[in-house]
Amino acid sequence: MTTATPPDLDRRNRRFGIFALVLAAIAGAVFATGTAGVATTFQLNDVFGEPAYATLPAVVVPVAPTALFLALVIAGVGLYQAVRGFGDRATIVISVLLGLFVLAFLVWAARGQQLQVLALLRGTMRAAVPLALGALSGVLCERAGVINIAIEGQFLAAAFTAALVSSATGSPWLGLVGGILAGGLVGALLAVLSIRYRADQIVVGVVLIVLATGVTSFLTSQLLVPNPGLNAPDRFGAVTVPVLGDIPLIGPLLFRHSVTVYLMLLAVVVVQIALFRTRWGLRLRAVGEHPKAADTVGIRVLATRYRAVILGGMVAGIGGAYFTLDAAGQFSREMSGGRGFIALAAMLVGRYSPAGALGAALIFGFADALSTSLQILNVGIPSTLLLTAPYVVTILVVAGLVGRLRMPAADGQPYVKE
Amino acid sequence: MKLELRGITKRFPGVVANDAVDLVIEEGEIHGLLGENGAGKSTLMNILYGLYTADEGEVLIDGEPVTFAGPGDAIDAGIGMVHQHFMLVPVFTVAENITLGVEHTKGLGLLDRRSAEAEVHRLSEEFGLPVDPHAVVEDLPVGVQQRVEILKALHREARLLILDEPTAVLTPQETEDLFRAMRSLKESGRSIVFISHKLKEHKAIVDRISVLRRGRIVGTADPATTSEQELANLMVGRPVGLTVDKADRETGEAVLAVRGITVLDARGKPAVDGVDLDVHRGEIVAIAGVEGNGQTELVRAITGLDPVAGGTIELLGRDVTAFGRKELLRAGVGHIPEDRNREGIVGDFTVAENLVLPMWDAAPFAERGRRRFGAIAEVAEREVDDFDIRTPSIHTTAGSLSGGNAQKVVVAREFARPLDLLVAAQPTRGVDVGSIEYIHRRIVDKRNEGAAVVIVSSELDEVLALADRVAVMFHGRLVGPFPMPVSREAVGLLMAGATPDEAMGATR
Ligand SMILES: Nc1ncnc2c1ncn2[C@@H]1O[C@H](COP(=O)(O)OP(=O)(O)OP(=O)(O)O)[C@@H](O)[C@H]1O
Ligand SMILES: [Mg+2]
Repeated sequence: MTTATPPDLDRRNRRFGIFALVLAAIAGAVFATGTAGVATTFQLNDVFGEPAYATLPAVVVPVAPTALFLALVIAGVGLYQAVRGFGDRATIVISVLLGLFVLAFLVWAARGQQLQVLALLRGTMRAAVPLALGALSGVLCERAGVINIAIEGQFLAAAFTAALVSSATGSPWLGLVGGILAGGLVGALLAVLSIRYRADQIVVGVVLIVLATGVTSFLTSQLLVPNPGLNAPDRFGAVTVPVLGDIPLIGPLLFRHSVTVYLMLLAVVVVQIALFRTRWGLRLRAVGEHPKAADTVGIRVLATRYRAVILGGMVAGIGGAYFTLDAAGQFSREMSGGRGFIALAAMLVGRYSPAGALGAALIFGFADALSTSLQILNVGIPSTLLLTAPYVVTILVVAGLVGRLRMPAADGQPYVKE
Repeated sequence: MKLELRGITKRFPGVVANDAVDLVIEEGEIHGLLGENGAGKSTLMNILYGLYTADEGEVLIDGEPVTFAGPGDAIDAGIGMVHQHFMLVPVFTVAENITLGVEHTKGLGLLDRRSAEAEVHRLSEEFGLPVDPHAVVEDLPVGVQQRVEILKALHREARLLILDEPTAVLTPQETEDLFRAMRSLKESGRSIVFISHKLKEHKAIVDRISVLRRGRIVGTADPATTSEQELANLMVGRPVGLTVDKADRETGEAVLAVRGITVLDARGKPAVDGVDLDVHRGEIVAIAGVEGNGQTELVRAITGLDPVAGGTIELLGRDVTAFGRKELLRAGVGHIPEDRNREGIVGDFTVAENLVLPMWDAAPFAERGRRRFGAIAEVAEREVDDFDIRTPSIHTTAGSLSGGNAQKVVVAREFARPLDLLVAAQPTRGVDVGSIEYIHRRIVDKRNEGAAVVIVSSELDEVLALADRVAVMFHGRLVGPFPMPVSREAVGLLMAGATPDEAMGATR
């Protein structure tokens, strides 16, 4: 929580360096051996959509030399880090090295086969939608000083409501609105309990998750199962952005998605600007850092917190609606599968900033998409183990990066006016 | 504007903080408010600023009754306040803090940073309060933070400015700068309420003084014709000694032996740079210096709060360099920290619990894993009496005490144990003259009992009154200690970076 003192920095340098060397050793020992003469094909075209746009040639790389080369790069940079240190840029350097390690792993895992790179990256984008939106919800609440661990509950309530409304009305847009309102409702509950009644915010968060899980499960068995027509929502289809969607690689990656992806990107940009460049954001952050100071200049602390927490719930509601209106096409119990907690982790790793949260969501989304890709490749790792990848990555990243995190100073503290 | 308070009464559980207070502040007047710790000064000002609501009484501005539902109303009425504890958002820039609540925008609520910074720059020029609009507040020394607070009020077009103990945290130079700014504010027709425990300052800057005792106004005085002694007596309600009686005393063995210690700051630069210091039984070594020259870090290292990067610390011949905080305290070290709210008291704990904090798990306060509340209460009651801590009860949370009384809790606690070494940083900051007298006497008693005492103070009066030997900290290095008497001028020159030869030569 405090700035690292120099002895700490030294230790951190060495730790990061040794970590890189371990990565290099694994890459060299596992990925580069026993694979002589085998090659991996990276397929950059969209295998599903019809290639109306320019096709790209596949990239074929030999496994052993590539993995060895990457191992040497990681080792070299890691050694420098351990001995001299990159100082402030160490975190970035380590992230790049991790990226290279993952690349080496992919080259090895897909040896002798084709890796659908575009599908992997598109999957990453889609998986990042609820994570980024959930993290945004957290950012909005905690920047205003209210801890929001109820994201999972907001997801479930929104996913359920979106499915129901879309099925009943036949309009995914109305479904989305329903999801947003449901998320906002959970946010409002969180706000009342923690701001007005000053209940312990962690406990309230847990209670809301349990509540949302219970209510949606109950309604699923009582309402949706007997009436399948109420659980057949109209989904958002893919919308191709004119012109941009035809750019090779970039087009399918960014501009041939359903509206939820665009909404997520838009929300990140809007919240980033609103928080750091507007009067509204300045006041919101003031309330989360030093509510008394905000109060003494006439800012209404509690009202600001209410608005932030409810708005956060609504943003998470978009993420919840993604599950039923985009990803799955129907509601099933506990379908968010802990992604609300990964979103929380994304918020922390992204250091309470929307842009950072998006970055973290993409990393976790990549782990998610990767576990799917690897199952298709049949790499000889049990698929149940592969499915834990997003969670393992989350733990590693949180443990590695969150140590020096600085929370909003008044996060979690109810404000009491004398 | 002319401001009038009539019959203001405010009760807190167990205390009447303000008792039918009448007060008039004329336009263009600097009005001093003097009173013991807990007399109700801050409470009165918080009512005026709309932070508290009075139980009884009314506020009139230019003859018209006004009611404030919150600070927003007070600000609109032209009242600005610089609090005892700054109300600044540490991670915001100077310009953001000053404009918070009345932001400059360019449509759609987008902040106009350029215009805000230009405005801050203009204000800072106009009133002679230099600040850098881009600087982040937490990186700034307290003196500058205070300027930011004043500019914040001026930016809201305050016509009456409340300064609650503004000088408690300032260096003499910064105090001079503040007074200059206050005079220019007064010339522009603004009124100022000035709260301070330093009688000299009241005499230097104030037009009229109101004295508050136990919530009541007990008199007003003209600073030009009233002596400091008279003011002190009026405030405390009994004759107060303003000087310290200190008999010469033989010194004994060395208790503290610091050898070449270096302490690094957060950026890895040495904040304390190869300091040597010996302190013996029965002597007070006072370390003077402008704040930010490494005194804080030196004290933190000696008292086990921060590790040293080099050198050794010995206590009675034992190497304690690697000792943790608890081990050091139990080895007979007492510490009065500089920042009492962060390191001195636990605000959510009761006064009684705070009073036994360093020994809470040791006899007689705990036996066989169980706490002995009877013993805790007994000791707490005695110390509250001894140190005249104004609190409704020993079960009141320490966080609700007035600033000076919180400091007395810390002092009482540290003095209650047998000590070989006492390290006191700014021991009387924010404390009223009556209590200063008492705390000083207790420090001298500790020395007479044979403890070694280190005092760090930016208050020259305090340094000169207490020291047997005086040292000055400048840019991380310690100059001295020199045996007293050393002249005030010499210490001043050393604080400004003069060599000992220059300083002593110039004044002897
Ligand atoms: N929020 C509060 N709750 C309960 N009691 C309080 C509160 N604020 C102040 N008091 C009590 O009211 C009395 C007056 O306190 P106040 O802070 O106004 O004193 P002060 O004159 O400013 O003292 P100091 O010089 O030490 O700052 C004290 O007895 C204090 O304990
Ligand atoms: Mg006060």
